[in-house]
Amino acid sequence: MTMSTMTMTRTITRPSAPPGAARASLEVARRALRKYIRTPGLWAMGIVQSALFLFSFRYVFGGAIHAGALSYVNFLVPGYVATIVLFTGGGIAVAVAEDRAGGFTDRLLSLPLPRYSIVLGRTLADSTTNAWSILSTAAFGFLFGFRLGGTLLDGLAALGLCLVYGVAFTTAFIVMGLFAPNGQAAQGMSMIAFVFAFISSVYVPASTMPGWLQPFAKYQPVTPMVNAVRSLILGSSSDVILALVWSALFFVVFTPIAVVRYRRA
Amino acid sequence: MSIQTPEAPLLEARGLTVRFGKVTALDGLDLIAPPGEVLAILGPNGAGKTTFVRTVATLLRPTSGQLRVRGSDVAADPVAVRRDIGLAGQFAAVEPTMTGRENLEMTARLFGHPRRAARRAASIVIEQLSLEEVADRRCSTYSGGQRRRLDLGASLVGAPRLLLLDEPTTGLDPAGRREVWDAVRALVGGGTDVLLTTHYLDEADELADHVVVIDHGRAIAAGPLSDIKASVGRDVIEVAVTDSSRLGEVGQILQRVTSNPPRLDRSSGHASAPTAGGASDLATAIRCLDEAAVAVDEIGVRRPTLDEVFLTLTGNHADTPVTTADVQNGSLR
Repeated sequence: MTMSTMTMTRTITRPSAPPGAARASLEVARRALRKYIRTPGLWAMGIVQSALFLFSFRYVFGGAIHAGALSYVNFLVPGYVATIVLFTGGGIAVAVAEDRAGGFTDRLLSLPLPRYSIVLGRTLADSTTNAWSILSTAAFGFLFGFRLGGTLLDGLAALGLCLVYGVAFTTAFIVMGLFAPNGQAAQGMSMIAFVFAFISSVYVPASTMPGWLQPFAKYQPVTPMVNAVRSLILGSSSDVILALVWSALFFVVFTPIAVVRYRRA
Repeated sequence: MSIQTPEAPLLEARGLTVRFGKVTALDGLDLIAPPGEVLAILGPNGAGKTTFVRTVATLLRPTSGQLRVRGSDVAADPVAVRRDIGLAGQFAAVEPTMTGRENLEMTARLFGHPRRAARRAASIVIEQLSLEEVADRRCSTYSGGQRRRLDLGASLVGAPRLLLLDEPTTGLDPAGRREVWDAVRALVGGGTDVLLTTHYLDEADELADHVVVIDHGRAIAAGPLSDIKASVGRDVIEVAVTDSSRLGEVGQILQRVTSNPPRLDRSSGHASAPTAGGASDLATAIRCLDEAAVAVDEIGVRRPTLDEVFLTLTGNHADTPVTTADVQNGSLR
């Protein structure tokens, strides 16, 4: 067999058609996932950081914070898990910016794949890595004393909602990466997410903040998103619709920006 | 409509203009390249070389004018163009955490190959570029030359009809450059058309059949490289003096020997002048320098550098536009 292939002049035949959106998106996603998995610094540091942070709030600051009827750990963990992507998502923006600066995006754009599959593939890969962050953070939550208030099904619904937020936040981070000139700038830009994570109801009830800060804290998207996860865990469904609307808005606003911006790379 | 007849030129640019805001990178470029050859775009940094390649690769849209690649218009039918081209850029765009083979298979699938065909294309390219030994290692372990060859390979897995090489050897050591040149030559031998940009004259010498010299976004000369050099440049005598305070004296000697005005570079202590007399002028210059007791670090005759070709094409002879015998307005033949 090797003999015959050796002696034949082997030439590459041209593909009969450009790749479809599904194949192209999966291929783009596979490469991003391989990079993530094969760079231990990316996924291992993420876990360490999120665990340390959760530990500090739970055991260091937590004793001094009163969260109403709920124990602080049961107040904190749902919100923290729901917004963990706001902390890990900087890596998405950095990866997108580095692909653009390093020529990888140019390579993709010179190939005959549908261009929106670059964004779809990226979103697919990052949603998978987000799921990893969300699940590992939730596991630490249980380890640090969090317990479900309602049924297991309620808990799973809350987890599903967190995964939806992950997709929504991802689209925003992709756009940040596309507007940053390099990886470092992307890292800096992604700090804006901290504003939304901290000035919200994740760590303390928004009603405990000074009056001038409360409107922002109450009406920015993260607060209803976090409230929805909390209420699902307790077996209620208040704020869930609002949270889903916000998630859809993220997706609908940022995805087209990303597609157009990639085209201009 | 794309017309893909065998007669369609490889590249056809008419009044091609690309602007970024107020900056005009390509300013009405006209160029026709017939199929079946290696075309080098030469120019100083900022001349518009990379912009041209990126426009051919459909990464940039023309602001005005037309560009056809094998008959397909880059603005009207970019997908047809993308199926015909393979791009290898200034930065080696390979994924360092993946092996060479994984990189090639990924690119092959993104060209449209089904899984098996992608595997086959990858193994053919690995063989073609002699990457067998490193193919299953992660690219982060590759040398500069190996990375660049793999990048070249990634542009080949879709069996492109036109290979675009944007400064393929910038930043490589001499051994790495040789590696890449050998690989390109082998491809050309196999019938792939190549468009390459470079600011190294020797690279164009090594690889190209025809060159187009561009400056400020326009073609200022085109034709076989030897014609262009013959039309602008004679050999140059260059002297490096030990004591740069004597540079003026050296300049006078060079002027006397070559009857050409010398160029003096005080910061590096170099003096040079074009010569028609070659070796005999060199011998005379050495004798005169010796008589004047000027200590010299280095002296020699060399071919004009691209810088000097440019100076001649863009500066000295600005009022008499350069046209080689077989060239008019930037089109070849």
